[in-house]
Amino acid sequence: MSEATLAVEMRGVVMRFPGVLANDHVDFDLREGEIHALLGENGAGKSTLMNVLAGMYRPESGTIRVRGQPAELRSPRDAIARGIGMVHQHFMLVPSQTVTENILLGLDEPRFFMRLPLYEQRVAQLAQEFGLHVDPHCKVWQLSVGEQQRVELLKMLYRGAHILIMDEPTAVLAPQEIEGLFRVLRGMVAEGKSIVFISHKLGEVMEIADRITVLRKGQVTAAGLKPSDTSAVELARLMVGRPVLFRVEKEPQPPGDAVLAVEGVSCLNDKGLAALRDISFQVHAGEILGIAGVAGNGQRELADVITGLRRCTAGRVLLQGQVISDRPPRIAIERGVGHIPEDRREVGSAPNLSITDNLILKAYRKAPIAKGLSVDMQAAKRHATHQRAEYEIIAPSVDTAVRFLSGGNLQRLILAREISEGPGLMIAMQPTRGLDVGAIEGVQRMLLELRRAGTAILLVSEELDEIVCLSDRVAVIYEGRIVGEIAGDRCDAERDRIGLMMTGQTRDGATQGARQPESQEVQRGDA
Amino acid sequence: MATPETASSKRRALLPFRVVVEPRISDVPRWLAPLVSLGALVLALVLGGIVLAVVGGSPIQTYLHMARAAFGDTGVFSDTLVKATPILLCGLACSLAFRMKLWNIGAEGQFFLGAWAASAVVLLPLLAGTTPRFVMLLVMALAGFLGGALWGFVPGLLKAKLNVNEVLTTLMMNYIAISWNNFFIFAVWSERGFQMSPVFPNSAWLPRLADYAQQVPFFAGLTTHLGLLLGLIAAGILWWVLYRSQWGFEIQLTGDNPRAAQYAGINIARNTILVMMLSGGLAGLAGMSEISGVVHRLQGAISPGYGFTGIIVAWLAKLNPLVVVPVSVLFGGLILAGREIQPSGIAKLLQGIILFCLISSEVLLRYRVRIVRAKQG
Repeated sequence: MSEATLAVEMRGVVMRFPGVLANDHVDFDLREGEIHALLGENGAGKSTLMNVLAGMYRPESGTIRVRGQPAELRSPRDAIARGIGMVHQHFMLVPSQTVTENILLGLDEPRFFMRLPLYEQRVAQLAQEFGLHVDPHCKVWQLSVGEQQRVELLKMLYRGAHILIMDEPTAVLAPQEIEGLFRVLRGMVAEGKSIVFISHKLGEVMEIADRITVLRKGQVTAAGLKPSDTSAVELARLMVGRPVLFRVEKEPQPPGDAVLAVEGVSCLNDKGLAALRDISFQVHAGEILGIAGVAGNGQRELADVITGLRRCTAGRVLLQGQVISDRPPRIAIERGVGHIPEDRREVGSAPNLSITDNLILKAYRKAPIAKGLSVDMQAAKRHATHQRAEYEIIAPSVDTAVRFLSGGNLQRLILAREISEGPGLMIAMQPTRGLDVGAIEGVQRMLLELRRAGTAILLVSEELDEIVCLSDRVAVIYEGRIVGEIAGDRCDAERDRIGLMMTGQTRDGATQGARQPESQEVQRGDA
Repeated sequence: MATPETASSKRRALLPFRVVVEPRISDVPRWLAPLVSLGALVLALVLGGIVLAVVGGSPIQTYLHMARAAFGDTGVFSDTLVKATPILLCGLACSLAFRMKLWNIGAEGQFFLGAWAASAVVLLPLLAGTTPRFVMLLVMALAGFLGGALWGFVPGLLKAKLNVNEVLTTLMMNYIAISWNNFFIFAVWSERGFQMSPVFPNSAWLPRLADYAQQVPFFAGLTTHLGLLLGLIAAGILWWVLYRSQWGFEIQLTGDNPRAAQYAGINIARNTILVMMLSGGLAGLAGMSEISGVVHRLQGAISPGYGFTGIIVAWLAKLNPLVVVPVSVLFGGLILAGREIQPSGIAKLLQGIILFCLISSEVLLRYRVRIVRAKQG
């Protein structure tokens, strides 16, 4: 009987949030030993469906069978008891504890005495078995994002999960780390595990999945497609219900005067280690400078230094000839630096405050929102109502707390806020990360619109496609240095070289190490 | 994994329905918060009633007696307002600091230092006893405010510059303030060896309603003093500051997400110091109002823990200055009623139960409770 070979069988799952039907009678099958990709735009209901399977949400109706047995999953504990483990997009780890401690957290064993060495050994063994290389007695805060993801995986494996749900696992990873993850996932499938791979990235899904199910607006638009029977274009159509332009059109435009000048800047990261090393570049009016690089090579610190959130240890940043580095963040804001932060929820918004409050996060101290010492609530509301309509922020009202907004909506809110300030310079950090195809296109169009209006744009992204597609020039950052710069029109041809430079490889294959920096010559294209 | 399954299905069979608690995923309706608070208050009275019944009292009788003792006629209600005044100012002090998630639990010490500084105006003396009442009171109020503000400034500065935990510093500074006061009432300003200062000259007394009994006979014997008006004005101003001013927006934003506040260009360090100073100043004003309006001298037992009651009041009022007013009156009444009933601990017990119920009721705002029929399978 074919039923017996199904690891998971979900039938007619309905999950409703206020105002939204997140899952509308969804059927989903996961076979034993397959990687099943769940594809869809943000808000299509992928994560919701899998949260139901992981016991986080309880569906309004519908049935779930796990290995043929009817299952009622009331909590993550129920789910894990049936061998279902989910690795969330936002990791659930305790930073000050070690890898092993995190894995043991919440388990019945060990009871009182930790006997850590014993368990460290077990964890190491498990890691070895699945190729998940991570030091079991490292503290979690010391680990890279990729390593933390491995800890999450180990946590689930240690609990005996044979059905693994990965929620957008590649969103936080660098290209090489993605390759590593894919190897691990294939290895796990070979060991008999079954994997649900949630993603909205077509390329990845085509590469890793055995079968693909597409969700759109809470409904299944295609179930169990084989990658060989479909194409990226076909999947995109199923996802968004209309043909997608994979390329936003960019008109050629001569750059204006230099707006931003970064001169020999060095700075430290939060751990007190060198993050930027003598970095220099300029961005001109009406130009997009793309900073390509693997996350953690100084991009975040670069944005911090320019916006005044971090001090330089050397060098300075000039905006239209005036120093803005090592000065309070307000100076940069007042001089017209817009900033789309990398971390939308931790930095870019205040979760419990309303949409209105978040839209006036910077404008509250300027007329017309400011009136004398007070905030003109009427004006703020009018402003917010207008912005909500113009930027299509979907929410019941402008009084809704932003923690209820989806990622795409929140990003539109942040863009609305930053663009409405009429910035002369825009620092766009990972502006489309975690967004669905439709939203990505919208954000990219807005950036190009800004460019046309003469704003200088610094675009930091890990999506090479995005960088290549949008930038007039591309600079590659590696270990806090610009290791190369390529003119926009040559980017497509030089893609491989950019990719190599991002990993610290120069053309001749030598690694640009941090240890002997002076011995390496910086590769520069014609700027 | 067969054992846990059977165990859970057995558990399921016990009741025909089960209670499901889920996190709320959308805004709570506006009417829910006050309703939940009211429900919690009622539940607290019921729980307190059970305790009363267990110790052999009649809950209804006791509650009626307490209500009469605190709110029964204009005389006792006036006394309730006297008790409510310092609680109101301390509650405002805590509300302000808590809005920014600055855990100022030093209102008690700030109260004492405010009382001390206001006394110093009379006792050092900075102003002669013959100074016009208006000038005298104004200077005393200013001194009281500054005394409390100083006691808030120190933890604020330490927090802003060195990130020292303000819970510890404000708590510790309570003890310093009380000892500092004791030093003065025992050694410096002691009146003939008693642990209290001489009585202030009349110009240093906040006017009471009773002072105007000749003009308005109704006021005869009413002890309510000008401090109450001070507290009400402070509540109004603080409401405007927190809900309408730009500075209030900064405080609220910093309280919700300091990183976003920093990103928005807000000077958190400066605001930390200012908020702690204003918070301390309000508690200091409570100290001034208490010695100038009630005891008319500096002595040891001027506060039965008004500063700490302020913490509770601030929480119960959900940090809204206008709600602090009625909650303070309720607590003033409880203090007064506590003197009337035996054992006198009942009033304190009731305070505790009310706080417990109200804080627990917050869960209902964050989570939704549903009762669903148990399904088989």
